[in-house]
Amino acid sequence: MRWRSVRIHIVLVSIWVALFGVAPGFPAPLIDFEASGRLSLESRWHPQSGAYPDQRGHASGVVAEPEFHFEDARGRSLTLTPFFRYDSADPRRTHFDLREAYLLLFGQSGSGEWELRLGVDRVFWGVAESRHLVDIVNQTDLIEHPDEEEKLGQPMAHLTWSADWGVVEVFGLPYHRSRTFPGSGGRLRYLLAVDQDNPLYESRAKQWNFDVAARYSHSFGPLDIGASVFDGTSREPFLQPELNSGGVPVLRPYYEQIRQLSLDTQLTLGAWLLKLETIQRSGARNLRGVEQNYGALVSGFEYTFYSVWGSAHDISLLGEWNYDGRGENATNFFDNDVFVATRWAPNDVQGTELLAGIMFDATRSSQVVTLEFNRRITDRWSLSVESIAFPRVDESDILHQTRRDSFFSFSFNYNF
Amino acid sequence: MNPLYFRRRPFLYGTICLAVWVFLSARTPVLSQEADPEARGLKIAQDARERGDGFGDFSARQTMVLRNRGGQESRRQLRLQVLEVPGEGDKNLFVFDEPRDVKGTALLIHSHREKDDEQWLYLPALRRVKRISSSNQSGSFMGSEFAYEDMGTPEVEKFTYRYLREEACGDLTCTVSERIPVNPRSGYSRQLVWQDRDELRVWKVDYYDRKNAHLKTLSVADYRQYLDRYWYAGKMTMVNHITGKSTTLTWTEFQFQNNLNENDFTRTGLRRIR
Repeated sequence: MRWRSVRIHIVLVSIWVALFGVAPGFPAPLIDFEASGRLSLESRWHPQSGAYPDQRGHASGVVAEPEFHFEDARGRSLTLTPFFRYDSADPRRTHFDLREAYLLLFGQSGSGEWELRLGVDRVFWGVAESRHLVDIVNQTDLIEHPDEEEKLGQPMAHLTWSADWGVVEVFGLPYHRSRTFPGSGGRLRYLLAVDQDNPLYESRAKQWNFDVAARYSHSFGPLDIGASVFDGTSREPFLQPELNSGGVPVLRPYYEQIRQLSLDTQLTLGAWLLKLETIQRSGARNLRGVEQNYGALVSGFEYTFYSVWGSAHDISLLGEWNYDGRGENATNFFDNDVFVATRWAPNDVQGTELLAGIMFDATRSSQVVTLEFNRRITDRWSLSVESIAFPRVDESDILHQTRRDSFFSFSFNYNF
Repeated sequence: MNPLYFRRRPFLYGTICLAVWVFLSARTPVLSQEADPEARGLKIAQDARERGDGFGDFSARQTMVLRNRGGQESRRQLRLQVLEVPGEGDKNLFVFDEPRDVKGTALLIHSHREKDDEQWLYLPALRRVKRISSSNQSGSFMGSEFAYEDMGTPEVEKFTYRYLREEACGDLTCTVSERIPVNPRSGYSRQLVWQDRDELRVWKVDYYDRKNAHLKTLSVADYRQYLDRYWYAGKMTMVNHITGKSTTLTWTEFQFQNNLNENDFTRTGLRRIR
């Protein structure tokens, strides 16, 4: 766990507490306080031994993610969501993060409304399931999960206007969070460990570069669209091999200044959901370390058979195509891949849900299998089982370095 | 026939006129009440809607107790906000509080009289708002015996009607009407609805599945009047006759005139939900 990340959080919390203190009309009596969240006991098993020394076959851990919410009589609120994980195998994975710590204000303006969020928050953009391509505001907490769905809290000022013409949002992002990576003892890592504490930045202001983003979104009957622009420090680093101060070869993250235009749209027709996410990014380096402008997309569908054969069960079929214009020089696995999955929801009292999917690389022979299962045990306890497996990985694929890291994980969650 | 024929036979003319009058006067009430049960059924539904019109908005808490055949119970807690949209379907927002693993999940429904409803789901773990299909009419709402189509306001236009009869229901007299869902994705072939004659409150609904088997019965109780005008039920029990399972839905903390507006029922509003 890094003291620097804790320190920046302390500064940010102080700023927003001060802001709340000077907000007009404060102090109004707090009318609502709520504490909720989850505690999890987890265990992850890797059937195969690691490809690199020091990697262990099993890791257990504890996760705490409480959420505290304060609200006054005028609807203004403070939300605080710390996150902590302890991991028995990889000291890097034992980490703390402030997922959320924001002040929320909103009010009416004309027939529409405005909303301001100040502090650390999480923002989600997008419609696809196999990959969240357009989602760029928050940094990925990659050490938490390889699916890039877990995000670090991002300091921001987030202003929203909405009315019958749609929703316009602007984001001021004053500080860049570094992506987390597994340590040398962890699984699902590259051949060389990532020196995540010593990142390089293209911007002279380093992590204090003021990034900006804006988004317009609206629903036109069955069509939901979102168009966004991001200008600032890339969330995805170029990993540059070099020797660290101790003379050990490492991958050093380099964060470029990029500009990204994106579009995400979904057409909802009966039981069909038709989805498209596409980006155009400039300023980023490709796998060879050369700056390259490129486009990427993920597009597909989700179709649900409701109440199959007269039962309460719903079965969905998902299909998505991932494409990256850089082809072999893409910095990720999604250069030309097809994702096929099925979701089963029996609509039982326990809220059981199963998602099983497979990602095929259309140009290489690689395959990634994913399985997610959730079920409530009591009103407070629930069980999650997950697996990611790499049955076939082409030698030329980025994933080749993690080919022996297939895993099963079991998690008992106490929800409060 | 010679038009002067009746002039010469006034008695016959009078007799025919009388017979026609007797026939018509005997037929008239039959025509208006029984020969057109569709119009009468529709009229009851329209009148019931008219009486419910003008509430503006309300919020309430719902507790669901799910029981299986063996009597095992499971609870759900949710909050509901409803905004009346004059001339259109209502806007509904459901927020789940229990079970705790789905706490903070919210379902926003913009219902429409003529076209398909629009639905968005807020998934708090990812802070994601997801547009979902509204085709899932017959699916179970949170594992309960209530289907999605049983949870929203039954808009008049979503059914065709037929008045059947009047009969006693408790201390009241109820009209019994049949309504047939217009939406082909509905899980029901027809429903029988018992409404009391004075206030047009629904006391009982029998649901018939697509094979016309008696699937479920809804019993409604504990009506209370709000704002001196609107009747809302405090308790609804849905019994599934095929599985033996049942769900009791209790409504509490009704609050009217909360000054809710369209902004509380948007995707942006959904992100603020707690």
